[in-house]
Amino acid sequence: MSDIYLDNNATTKVDPAIVEAMLPFFTEQFGNPSSLHSFGNKVGMALKKARGQVQKILGAEHDSEIIFTSCGSESDSTAILSALKANPERKEIITTVVEHPAVLNLCEYLETEGYTVHKLKVDSKGRLDLDEYAKLLSDDVAVVSVMWANNETGTIFPVEKMAEMADEAGVLFHTDAVQAVGKIPMNLQDTAIHMLSLSGHKLHAPKGVGVLYLKRGTRFRPLLRGGHQERGRRAGTENSASIIGLGLACEQAMEHMEFENVQVKAMRDRLQEGILAAVPNAFPTGDVDNRLPNTLNIAFEYIEGEAILLLMNKMGIAASSGSACTSGSLEPSHVMKAMGIPYTAAHGTVRFSLSRYNTMEEIERVIEAVPPIVAKLRKLSPYWGENGPVENPEQAFAPVYA
Amino acid sequence: MWDYSEKVKEHFYNPKNAGAVADANGVGDVGSISCGDALRLTLKVDPETEIILDAGFQTFGCGSAIASSSALTEMVKGKTLDEALLISNQDIADFLDGLPPEKMHCSVMGREALQAAVANYRGEEWSDDHEEGALVCKCFAIDEVMVRDTIKANNLSSVEEVTNYTKAGGGCSSCHEAIENLLTEEMAARGETFVPAASGKKKAKKVEKKKPDLVEIEAPVAKPAAASAGLTLVQRIRKIEDVLEAMRPALRADNGDVELVDVDGKTVYVNLVGACSGCQMAAMTLGGIQQKLIEAMGEFIKVIPASERPAA
Ligand SMILES: Cc1ncc(COP(=O)(O)O)c(C=O)c1O
Ligand code: FES
Repeated sequence: MSDIYLDNNATTKVDPAIVEAMLPFFTEQFGNPSSLHSFGNKVGMALKKARGQVQKILGAEHDSEIIFTSCGSESDSTAILSALKANPERKEIITTVVEHPAVLNLCEYLETEGYTVHKLKVDSKGRLDLDEYAKLLSDDVAVVSVMWANNETGTIFPVEKMAEMADEAGVLFHTDAVQAVGKIPMNLQDTAIHMLSLSGHKLHAPKGVGVLYLKRGTRFRPLLRGGHQERGRRAGTENSASIIGLGLACEQAMEHMEFENVQVKAMRDRLQEGILAAVPNAFPTGDVDNRLPNTLNIAFEYIEGEAILLLMNKMGIAASSGSACTSGSLEPSHVMKAMGIPYTAAHGTVRFSLSRYNTMEEIERVIEAVPPIVAKLRKLSPYWGENGPVENPEQAFAPVYA
Repeated sequence: MWDYSEKVKEHFYNPKNAGAVADANGVGDVGSISCGDALRLTLKVDPETEIILDAGFQTFGCGSAIASSSALTEMVKGKTLDEALLISNQDIADFLDGLPPEKMHCSVMGREALQAAVANYRGEEWSDDHEEGALVCKCFAIDEVMVRDTIKANNLSSVEEVTNYTKAGGGCSSCHEAIENLLTEEMAARGETFVPAASGKKKAKKVEKKKPDLVEIEAPVAKPAAASAGLTLVQRIRKIEDVLEAMRPALRADNGDVELVDVDGKTVYVNLVGACSGCQMAAMTLGGIQQKLIEAMGEFIKVIPASERPAA
């Protein structure tokens, strides 16, 4: 039996057709697109096509609004730093507590540089309070950066509405849509979103290629200056093969948008229902009624996530966890903490993220496999008795230090 | 994911001695569910011989926490309590053919559970002020708490000094930014400003000069500090030896020892031997010796591994 990959929010497999389309750009079509001769010229044409494909999935008005970058993180950094450079008198940033480290760590660094960073809180389901947001918008804010969908829980934020609010207040709005593109239909020309980040490897394109969408007219300061590539907005010779792969990936994602939102969603829902029916003391985290169609995050109480993953891995099932131990830090995921997931469960969260390559048969196998794994670990746990959690775990277990 | 040894995997997938021992007479609980790992060790000890007849564990934690617990129970069975107490966290890690640096704390938890269980059997109080922070230096598995404590205790003011005292930063150097940030905070707390080395290069001449006079590496012997003023060099050395002697039992419990090599003004060169040398606890041990020496001598003393002694 082949292995089951349910970690598509971490990264995805490159579709074979995409690999096929990329290969000539390593061999016969190796030219530099900036060159005048025919070696380069053809590559230039292919890049133009890819730009158009990205434009289409984003619903951007112009293809010149698409800037190719090296990854989602670069797009995030470029957007936020550009906004700060372009508005030197504005010293505040609004973001959320649940952003990806690509945004959060940058903001934390900027705090040490003298910027004030407002991090919008979330409730127990991971939802934002738009009143809190409205109060923070002011002439002192250089940029708002809010993710479209959360990578851990799949929770979707109302970025279109938030962009409008920012626009009305005269504030730039950036969204990290790395997890959303390809799963949520979007039409950026009808929104007030000024900047958006996407990353190739989350939608079956290769790693190491990303896009920054920059609405025409948005004030911009490049991160990388140098050559005139990307109209001088991102210097550096284009990663042509990957860009061409990304273009095709966007086209494929458009074609599968309905599949993603019907079939993939059905598999996800079945997985949730199947596991929760068989495992006591487990619950889904995030805003379950408003999340990406492919993402399921379950908190298993009284056991630790890395141990679950290792046992699943042994059975050929790949997923990921927000547990501290998987990241080498001592804290469980900042997203789980922000939602106030009780400590009895925060260390035992497991994220299952599906793709169109999964099958219902695989899902049934996972539903079979998970309950015994959880039971095995609970048997080892000092917090779990014969038939359930020990009464009042903190008292039953009396450590000398905590 | 983690680069676990086969031995770790074996003990994780098929843990030995899982569950509580039925008629245990020594129980040690360490950790807590909120910290992400917790371990209850139950021992059945023969009251006549103090031999551990049976051991069982219950663990909430990651793969290496479970593997360390399993290893610990295997290691202690058949040993007397005193023999068992000689097991260091490094021994647990070695038994498992090593643990990734981020996971060394799992072996520390095992050793602490053992101490707690033995104390419980003997009707003693066991307490540990052991605190853990996020890992700062991956090369040497040094955490934030240790770096901060060492900066505080020794008034450190440069990355280089932090490396000398804790080893943190002495490898790939990618943790230097984090160490600088800790220095900035800790120095601000004592009213000083952290001045980084301009190029980041080690031993830049300018930096040497900028060093605050707290660290007098080459203070001549002829100018002893107030408290030990009047002592001859031989008396000083004796006093230092006394301090080391007092610390020996603790070091030997970890299968280690310390040897005085040289005294040069306020700099004391020592050799850590046995389990102490080379293990990630070495830096902590040096810090501990230094602190004891400072207390006993009433003056600032810098303890340096003999291997870093400048050639005569
Ligand atoms: C929400 C989000 N933003 C940014 C990134 C970073 O993207 P990249 O790996 O392409 O830099 C990720 C990927 O993990 C992500 O999930
Ligand atoms: S991480 Fe500290 S020296 Fe390598």
